[in-house]
Amino acid sequence: MTRRPVDLGDPDRLYTVTGGRSRADDEKFDLVTLVVSECRPSPGMQSEHVRILELCERPIAVVEISAELRLPVTVVRILLGDLLSTGRITARHPRAGRSLVDLPDSSLLEEVLLGLRNL
Amino acid sequence: MDSAISELPSRTPLAASADTGLKIVIVGGFGVGKTTLVKSVSEIRPLNTEEVMTQAGIGVDEPAGLTKTTTTVAFDFGRISLNDRMVLYLFGAPGQERFWFLWDGLFSGTLGAVVLVDTRRMSDSWYAVDRLEHHRTPFVVAVNRFDGDHASFSLEEIRQALALPDHVPLIECDARVRSSGKQVLISLVDHLRELARAREMTP
Ligand SMILES: Nc1nc2c(ncn2[C@@H]2O[C@H](COP(=O)(O)OP(=O)(O)OP(=O)(O)O)[C@@H](O)[C@H]2O)c(=O)[nH]1
Ligand SMILES: [Mg+2]
Repeated sequence: MTRRPVDLGDPDRLYTVTGGRSRADDEKFDLVTLVVSECRPSPGMQSEHVRILELCERPIAVVEISAELRLPVTVVRILLGDLLSTGRITARHPRAGRSLVDLPDSSLLEEVLLGLRNL
Repeated sequence: MDSAISELPSRTPLAASADTGLKIVIVGGFGVGKTTLVKSVSEIRPLNTEEVMTQAGIGVDEPAGLTKTTTTVAFDFGRISLNDRMVLYLFGAPGQERFWFLWDGLFSGTLGAVVLVDTRRMSDSWYAVDRLEHHRTPFVVAVNRFDGDHASFSLEEIRQALALPDHVPLIECDARVRSSGKQVLISLVDHLRELARAREMTP
């Protein structure tokens, strides 16, 4: 798989998808936040919302939704914010630290190691 | 985006109990084997997506003072289900300079990083090593031995060339081979566990 040149897609389309908003307001979805749907799509829903609800019948990471929908992560965050604020999805946020100082504890890393060894 | 999605036989969903997403980032120069490594260990075909980052900057010509520029970063990723709850995502990230401005925004919360090195272009890795140290992101260095490379440099010579401190693990790998890629990840997490243990021992 090769990296493609910078391409924002059709700006008009992104504008339509997000209703003109350019940033996710409330909660910050991490790339690996796992999202789960809490309801089935209902008639009249925006098609991207429908797709997301279908994708997250089982847990799925934000970054996977982005790849499946072929929309930049930024746009997906906005769409997820809509669904979260209306209770249609729940989010399981990650926990690990952002630098050496907040490394996860060794017991979590032990579990990761075990998982890798069992591959 | 990329057409890889349509080539996927079917999406393999995560366990319903999955609740902890973890990430590891693979960095290195162009063509060093990042995508190959992600692919060799991933349970899904590597997917590709992009993030649009907005950077606020002080505009010289703008009386209002603040301008915003957007940068698009494309990256690929793979996935490993570690157990019923934990899912590890591997990100193959570009190594160029402009990318590192975005490191915090993109990959904050990463467990650690793997720097992939091609001995034919060792200087391509300097920047990544430097930036990871700056960001205090723990990492290991893996030398992707391309064919016929074995004779060229010893690990000790590579360590010197990269000015790599002794505490940073340095290993060899073949990014195309699953067991080898797996070993690279194990080295990293083993290193992280040692760091965590050392920290837990200090009162
Ligand atoms: N012989 C050999 N070829 C390899 C090895 N690892 C990768 N390659 C090949 O090298 C080329 C580049 O590998 P990629 O995995 O695409 O490298 P990358 O770092 O993702 O490249 P960019 O994303 O373009 O920076 C591909 O044709 C791979 O098949 C290796 O260990 N040995
Ligand atoms: Mg690549």
